[in-house]
Amino acid sequence: MKKETTKPGIGRYEVRLAGKGGQGMILAGRILAEAVALYDGRNAVQTQDYGPEARGGASKSEVIISDGEIYYPKVMNADLLVCMSQEASDRYYYDLKRDGLLIIDSTNVDRSPTTRVVAVPITELAVKATGREITAAMVALGLICGLTKIVSEEALEKAIRSLVPKGTEELNVKAMHAGLEEAKRLLEAGLPISLPREL
Amino acid sequence: MRTAFLQGNEACAYGALAAGCRFFAGYPITPSTTIAETMARELPKVGGVFIQMEDEIASLAAVLGASVGGLKAMTATSGPGFSLMQEHIGYAVMAEIPCVIVDVQRLGPSTGQPTSPSQGDVMQARWGTHGDHPIIALSPTSVRECFDLTVTAFNLSEKYRTPVILLMDAVVGHMREKVSLPAPEELEVIDRARPNVPPEWYFPYEETASDVPPMANFGDGFRYHITGLMHDRAGFPTQRLDEINAWLTRIFRKIDAHVDDIAITEAINVEHARTLVIAYGCTARAAKEAVYMCRRHRVGLLILKTLWPFPKDQVLVAAHEAQRVVVPEMNMGQIALEVERLVGRSKVRRVRRADGEMITPQEIRAAIEYKE
Amino acid sequence: MATQRQLIYDYLRHKKKFPNIWCAGCGIGIVMGAIIRAVDDLGYDKNQVAMISGIGCSGRMPVYLDFYTMHTTHGRALSFATGLKLARPELKIIVVMGDGDALAIGGNHFIHTARRNIDLTAIVINNATYGMTGGQYSPTTPQHMLATTAPYGNIEQDFPICELAQVCGAAFVARSTVYHVEELQGYIEQGLEKKGFALIEAVSYCHTTYGRLNRLGSAVDMMRALKENSITRQAAEKLPPEELQGKIVRGIFVDREVPEYTELYQKIIERAQSGGKA
Repeated sequence: MKKETTKPGIGRYEVRLAGKGGQGMILAGRILAEAVALYDGRNAVQTQDYGPEARGGASKSEVIISDGEIYYPKVMNADLLVCMSQEASDRYYYDLKRDGLLIIDSTNVDRSPTTRVVAVPITELAVKATGREITAAMVALGLICGLTKIVSEEALEKAIRSLVPKGTEELNVKAMHAGLEEAKRLLEAGLPISLPREL
Repeated sequence: MRTAFLQGNEACAYGALAAGCRFFAGYPITPSTTIAETMARELPKVGGVFIQMEDEIASLAAVLGASVGGLKAMTATSGPGFSLMQEHIGYAVMAEIPCVIVDVQRLGPSTGQPTSPSQGDVMQARWGTHGDHPIIALSPTSVRECFDLTVTAFNLSEKYRTPVILLMDAVVGHMREKVSLPAPEELEVIDRARPNVPPEWYFPYEETASDVPPMANFGDGFRYHITGLMHDRAGFPTQRLDEINAWLTRIFRKIDAHVDDIAITEAINVEHARTLVIAYGCTARAAKEAVYMCRRHRVGLLILKTLWPFPKDQVLVAAHEAQRVVVPEMNMGQIALEVERLVGRSKVRRVRRADGEMITPQEIRAAIEYKE
Repeated sequence: MATQRQLIYDYLRHKKKFPNIWCAGCGIGIVMGAIIRAVDDLGYDKNQVAMISGIGCSGRMPVYLDFYTMHTTHGRALSFATGLKLARPELKIIVVMGDGDALAIGGNHFIHTARRNIDLTAIVINNATYGMTGGQYSPTTPQHMLATTAPYGNIEQDFPICELAQVCGAAFVARSTVYHVEELQGYIEQGLEKKGFALIEAVSYCHTTYGRLNRLGSAVDMMRALKENSITRQAAEKLPPEELQGKIVRGIFVDREVPEYTELYQKIIERAQSGGKA
């Protein structure tokens, strides 16, 4: 019989990235998970749910991060929820942990389900940084990195470079840095909520 | 060993290549398509052939044609395509042609919910084609197991001259995990037995000690006949009852007499378990989480990697002292039926879900802790 | 006569499988004879030839022949053959099908196999009915004719097999009848030698079911009708369309060079192995 050494539920950090199809949420989840798993040397599992539409429709990506073995691959109660659309925010807020972190893209989400929220105009920042809305997902990743430290900056950049379409690496890394800058600014200004426990 | 961050579907394709698969025919269908896409890219690199056929019926037909030509061959599909393949699964059983059929299960019946996972094809894998027949079906729980069990599927299909079904699901197929893949020399790869007699002495469906007659490739000088009709040991159609019965007995025996070799399970804390959870596929991961949540309660877990032939002995041994057996599955209770037949209906608590969402650890925990 | 006997001895599984299952007077045996003579004329080694069939009266042909033989499922013979050809490009593969087999249940496989132009020689034995199941109407049953499932007459249009293969991209397409045995044999030889998808329609008849239902007489009468109602393409070109009604036009419809599938795929393998980008 297999000897089990890890205790699940402890050191388990659950991330859900939700938005509309075409916003890059599934790629963002994959980048985050690959950064953590391949370059930060931790364990990560990524799953995804999407509708039949290639563009539009609800789309979400979930990443479980742990130092031990990961059994259940889905979010039970999210430690971090990033919502890039109003629908995603309405739909997924319910199972966020009480001390979980909610980040919304205030460019697309007008009504936050709670005041315990970090509202950042993610898409607007992306357009400002790169001129391309599609890079909003990378801004979100930069933000996650800067605010939660669940992934290292180096690992994230490596993963972005290896997974985005060839020729768009610089653009996407630039967007990531825009997210990091914003996180730094927010931390200096003081967040409206306390950050969740570190891993 | 090489470490990579892979999707289950990709790992399945790499497993097939590592097992020596050199032919893939398929038809696009969510959520299995990335297997076909990976094979289309990788097969020609190793001199193999990928072809996209006009439908799933033709896909499995081409796979069987290629296998008869001597290539290890595979197709991959999901529910609706799996339904179409049933005709040729029967042909493969009848003509004893090795092949691997991957079914990345999605919510059905019919078009159902193409992007949502399910474990609804368990009984279809067993009984989907018409007529009485044995079958082998395996079900992976992780990305690494998608690789390993694909290799096993090829090995079993070659060893027993039978179609082997790999029942994946949309969670395992689309999930990405860090995996370390074994180097080619670390793998056991089994090839079908070839005849060691001259062509004029060769009988493709002869009784042998192993119950599995050697198989000659078309093109190698053994000019024999293959048919979906009941046939004699030479492969020619027969209506003789003695020959039909001999054939039927042998194809059942070649699987049933080797369940120990085929049945793969993983047992966790099952000794003296008062409650036993039996799970497979992606649901086994929720079950593992649940069992660790309840570890004070003498709860054991038996994960079935082989679904067919049903691992009876392993279930009976693991359930020996159990007062309650919890069977979570993403259908209305298909494997639960088999478990109930073995341990008695009153002991079994089903945790059923067929709405396209994974069963959660909490739902399984509730069944474990439920007070009668 | 002496050579005839020798050929049968060489190519038939004569000790095992005879008498055959076909009705006395059936045209399928004539097609089988033409195939044997074609293979022999071309000098192919039997270890080089595979025969794949579907389901129906024609589906039983492979069992009698000493090649690599495979009796597959209804309508899918071409798909099995596609897999075998890709695994064993060196084999000469003959696919024998009936009209219901190739064009109803197998219609999709038929058009796509022709479209891929994979090197197979497909022979459709067209008797305009489902003989084995007892005379139901098939995709090639002419309008107004009777069938057990068309007791008031068939209202469907019939499928022009050769024209269909032609527009789908086959490299070689020809039609003959079981009366014109030597012509048929010639087309089979040309088909076998053609690199690409070759389709030969062998017009036959079923006196047991279709002939009886439609009062078309004995096998001899139906054979005579093939002789009298058929016309060569050259002759047909000179006739006005109304006089061609109900006539069987024999001849080669297509003989062209089209890139062949297994050769094209071989180039993909070479590209992938030389590190070419996917």
